[in-house]
Amino acid sequence: MLNVGAMEEGVVLDHITAGKAMTIYKDLKLDQLDCAVAIITNASSKKMGKKDILKVECRPEDIDLDVLGFYDSSITVNIIENGEITKRPLKQPKKIVNIIKCKNPRCITSIEQELDHVFVLTDEVHKVYRCRYCEEAYHGRRNK
Amino acid sequence: MRHIMSPLDFTVEELDQMMDLAADIEKNPEKYAHVCDGKKIATLFYEPSTRTRLSFEAAMLNLGGSVIGFADADSSSAKKGESVSDTIQVIGCFADIAAMRHPKEGAPLVASMHSNIPVINAGDGGHQHPTQTLTDLTTIRSLKGRLDNLTIGLCGDLKFGRTVHSLISALVRYSNVKFVLISPEELRVPSYIREDVLEANNIEYEEVIRLEDALPKLDILYMTRVQKERFFNEDDYLRMKDFYILDNEKMKLAKEDMFILHPLPRVNEISVEVDKDPRAAYFRQVQYGVYIRMALIMTLLELHV
Repeated sequence: MLNVGAMEEGVVLDHITAGKAMTIYKDLKLDQLDCAVAIITNASSKKMGKKDILKVECRPEDIDLDVLGFYDSSITVNIIENGEITKRPLKQPKKIVNIIKCKNPRCITSIEQELDHVFVLTDEVHKVYRCRYCEEAYHGRRNK
Repeated sequence: MRHIMSPLDFTVEELDQMMDLAADIEKNPEKYAHVCDGKKIATLFYEPSTRTRLSFEAAMLNLGGSVIGFADADSSSAKKGESVSDTIQVIGCFADIAAMRHPKEGAPLVASMHSNIPVINAGDGGHQHPTQTLTDLTTIRSLKGRLDNLTIGLCGDLKFGRTVHSLISALVRYSNVKFVLISPEELRVPSYIREDVLEANNIEYEEVIRLEDALPKLDILYMTRVQKERFFNEDDYLRMKDFYILDNEKMKLAKEDMFILHPLPRVNEISVEVDKDPRAAYFRQVQYGVYIRMALIMTLLELHV
């Protein structure tokens, strides 16, 4: 059973925008992990008023934190190993693979069999990601 | 092994070397007549583009090589559902280099990722057409003797014109190039070209609506087609279409040493009477396209004379 209060090993994602925990849960594919996950929604927060928290009892390497950086780099990531908590800063990933799909109907990804959907960070200031193949910018859903 | 997907895949210095080679090919074609003996180019054209395909084929034949390929998707295994990555791996067993035209953007890049032979992007949808840009650069350099210190007028459909965007992106790498962008309001250069390419590189440019206003300033006039269907309404089209038709009357406003380029095909934007003007360079441009494709094939195959 997951102890929501304390973990020996796992990842706690704090300061998630209230109401977004389930979206992050799906984005990180936590449903595919064979471990306990606690989803806390609408917790009170001095910084945010209300926030969501995800506690995942897994090894840190089981979660693709780069993806999290793409969706919302303001989330606080706490890594717990042997009961010790360390904060891990989130970075904008330079490249993301098979996380989002290119929506350009003229892109080769729309027809080529088993082709990875690859997006590359082309503008760090404005956080613009472009499809590696057709260079169309991604304008889809972001949590921020 | 190198491929070419975008004109910017090569540095200015590398392009200079390639254009020097093209100039030498122009002067001494016999010197290069057997450089590709025994080599084959595969022209993989998933959509018809007769001029580009024939230009590649002529380039390889001029170098002493031979040509295999298909001219539309219906006569290829794509019709049976074969992926681009499978096709290129098969073609790699038959040919030494491939030129691919594909309606899907990024298809030649996917091919290059799985290829054991150099792949040339011969046009992928509205995305890139690097050999057209190389052709344009070679033509300007051959006729004007330089690619810097020029005022370039780009006229017509600057919004959807892929060749125009690529040419601007390639020319901003040379010093003191100014642009005069001549188009109706509806067909202005997109903001990402103005902001990310022109303004980001501190390039001087102006936007004008009438060709006559720009002509006296230009060293090069790059004409493109203004298609009726690009306008929001017929009245605007009728009001503006004559602004963008170049004829002998308008040519009186141009400098004596200005040259007119056009990616072709022309429809009616350049009157046929202009063809006799020595400044009309659009057919010579096609010839330069063959020379630079010869130089590109040699460069990618790492062949030297």
